[in-house]
Amino acid sequence: MLRSVVYLLFVLIGIAGIYFLADYNFLAAIQLTVYAGGVVVLIIFSVLLVHHIEMQLEVANRKKQLLTGLLCFAGLAVFLTTIYSHPFDVAGKTVTTTTAQIGERLLDYGPGGFILPFEVISVLLLAAMIGAIIIAKGEKKIKNKQPHKSPEPDEEVSLETEQEIQLDRILNEKSTVETE
Amino acid sequence: MIPGVSITEILTLTSILFFIGIYGFITRKNLISILISVELILNASVVNFVIINKYLFPDVLQGVVYSIFIIAVAAAETALAVAIIINLYRQVSSVEVKETEVMKY
Repeated sequence: MLRSVVYLLFVLIGIAGIYFLADYNFLAAIQLTVYAGGVVVLIIFSVLLVHHIEMQLEVANRKKQLLTGLLCFAGLAVFLTTIYSHPFDVAGKTVTTTTAQIGERLLDYGPGGFILPFEVISVLLLAAMIGAIIIAKGEKKIKNKQPHKSPEPDEEVSLETEQEIQLDRILNEKSTVETE
Repeated sequence: MIPGVSITEILTLTSILFFIGIYGFITRKNLISILISVELILNASVVNFVIINKYLFPDVLQGVVYSIFIIAVAAAETALAVAIIINLYRQVSSVEVKETEVMKY
């Protein structure tokens, strides 16, 4: 399980390499910081919090696996025949895009500007942050009420508070991702 | 354009990445594995946006801007999904798909 997350990290770094090849340095930097720096760390945290050693990696049964593989190969064949039969008129010139051009485009409020989606995405990130905090904190009230009715063993309570602390650490990690 | 690499090769690569993601999304029974597969699918689509912008319309910037928006939405989605998964694990002590059949009410 942890190994698959590390392989995902390698895939993301390879995609950042494709961006570097295509001369989009800003996108490659975003890919490296947000994905390789933030998302992979979040997933590693969740794997380490959740994963038992004795838990087997359970996959679907063989028949369903085979059927899905066949369907994926059929879809891939359709995609590839479409791609290789379509005549792309590739523009031969190379244009170097600077970060300042992307910034001007993002903050342009004339026709073809992206100021409205930019603001909407910032509100969405704020809403996601508040939502994650509410999801994480909402259970605490219920968990704190329960010991009054039926006292639980002390070990379980301390385990829960430890998980709360680790969850808070994950949330801080997420907020650093969003400030980027 | 990238010298020495044609557009069909990169589109082939992203198609393979996309279908690996779909295969993992359907066959895995673990919520974190499903999250990793969704990351693969989103990355394939982002690379498609960027490469088509670079090869076919190098004068405009729409592909880059949309890929920035997709990356932001994907980061928010991952953070929320991890919060939900950990909260679910505290309630049912499992992250398997077939175990998650209780909702709040």
